[in-house]
Amino acid sequence: MVPLSWYLTVAALLFVLGLYGVLSRRNAVAILMGVELMLNAVNINLIAFWRYTRPDNVAGLVFAIIVLTVAAAEAAVGLALFIALYRLRETVNVDEIDLLKG
Amino acid sequence: MFDTSTFIRLLPELILLVTALVVIFVDLYARRRTALGLLPGLSIVGLALSFLAVFAQWGTREVVAQTLAADTFAAFFKMVAAVAVILVVLASVRYMRARTRYVGEFYAFLLVATLAVYIAVSARDLITLYLGLETLSIVSYVLTGFLRDDKRSNEAAIKYFLYGAVASAIMLYGFSLLYGVTGTTDLQEIARRLLNGDVLVNMEWLAWPAIVLVTVGFAFKASLVPFHQWAPDAYEGAPTPVTMFLSTVSKATGFAVMARMFLVAMPALQSSWTALLYGLAVLTMTLGNLIALRQTSVKRMLAYSSIAHAGFILMGLVAVTTALGQPFNGLDGVLMYVVAYAFTNAGAFAVVAAVEDGTGGATLDHFAGLVGRAPFLAAAMLIFLLSLAGVPPLAGFAAKLFVFAPVVRQEYYVLAVVALINAVLAAGYYLKVVKQMFFVEEPERAPFAVARSMRWALWLMIIAVFGVGIFMNWFAFMASQGAAGMLGL
Repeated sequence: MVPLSWYLTVAALLFVLGLYGVLSRRNAVAILMGVELMLNAVNINLIAFWRYTRPDNVAGLVFAIIVLTVAAAEAAVGLALFIALYRLRETVNVDEIDLLKG
Repeated sequence: MFDTSTFIRLLPELILLVTALVVIFVDLYARRRTALGLLPGLSIVGLALSFLAVFAQWGTREVVAQTLAADTFAAFFKMVAAVAVILVVLASVRYMRARTRYVGEFYAFLLVATLAVYIAVSARDLITLYLGLETLSIVSYVLTGFLRDDKRSNEAAIKYFLYGAVASAIMLYGFSLLYGVTGTTDLQEIARRLLNGDVLVNMEWLAWPAIVLVTVGFAFKASLVPFHQWAPDAYEGAPTPVTMFLSTVSKATGFAVMARMFLVAMPALQSSWTALLYGLAVLTMTLGNLIALRQTSVKRMLAYSSIAHAGFILMGLVAVTTALGQPFNGLDGVLMYVVAYAFTNAGAFAVVAAVEDGTGGATLDHFAGLVGRAPFLAAAMLIFLLSLAGVPPLAGFAAKLFVFAPVVRQEYYVLAVVALINAVLAAGYYLKVVKQMFFVEEPERAPFAVARSMRWALWLMIIAVFGVGIFMNWFAFMASQGAAGMLGL
């Protein structure tokens, strides 16, 4: 059987990859995709921990499903905001939204 | 599983949910004129009933459905949230009517946000905690961007959303590690297993990164430096009543969940999270105040000031102690500060909303000679600013007293000195606004009237600010009961 630490390593890599995407991308939709990668890393963690430590207790599974659901809700609100942004300014580049500063 | 006692314990939450649904339906079917008058009233009645339902159950100590704690700590925060949201509703009647057609949704969202706060502050399970916090966040993004044709409101919401989504992902990663190490999502069970060493073999070190990652998520909610960058923009761009909500209720929730997480789930690691919070407190109050000093928009200045105040609240959490029978526990200080600060800051932002309504803006120029144009607003603002500065006998003084005392008692002298310097710094920029309002002449501008509901809200907050300051003992007693409800003293 594949050891637990392999799953955790993949999840950690995915998380860092997502974080890198968030920090380096300027397109709001691409940033949101980075966030989704980070959330998927969390899900891999949760499922792996559940399978390897307490397969009799469903808490880990329930947590992962709730994370999926909330991520969908979050993406819906985020994309709605991006659409409103595009209608107002014809751009979704985060460098160009700079009315508020100081 | 779902019997009468569960139903009674969940009554405050259910009242809010039902009120939110009723508001949506009334908005759908009533004529616009009736709806405009009816909706704020309905919301306030719902919030007041829910407040009473919480107050009636003060002193209980139960676990509902294995995931929600019905204790005095949660009840304390719920009551603060209910009262603060009532004030937000009062302050938003004219403000929102002038800016958007969708007032019904606005009040419904406010009620749902309050429901999310209720769930978050009483959650005693990682999953419920996440669900509560995330519901609050998502609703807050929508509220911030509520004026969707207003570029500034939209920009504020985008920034808040992007920071919030990343912060919550980081926090979740921390949750997943914590779950992995201990194999449970129940906060008390996590504490027990960490204490007994009943953890994943060879992986117990994962608890350390978990603390840091989890702190990022809470620090974002409570707008602590260096996770504060969203706050000034979101506070400035959001509709001002929403800013009232974000800077008081939403922030208080951040502190409530932080306190419960650290004190219930990780008492075994207290020395490490105390060190972390110590650093955050010093950074937050100093940076917040320094940047606030050079702001020209009063709304933005108050945003930075509210970041600085978060640093003061954090002091209480640093000085928390689980020892028995000590007066001036740090957690009492946190609760005291949250109450005092909620009324004071909500008041200051309400005045900003009223000035925006009357003059069209909220920079220092718009406040010039305010005493001649709207004497009541100027007087109210003076009281709120003095309270923020911590002048007795106002609420802010009581708050500062109850966080400084435990810090000195626990012998964190450096922190106390830094906080003292910061209190003086803050008084500097508060007085700048006072000078603008009272001593700068602005003869060309006409006087303006304040909406009736706003006058009501301001009077209530003025009374509350004096009340908390004068009847400090009673509030401190409630705060200590609230703290004891969770600490198990």
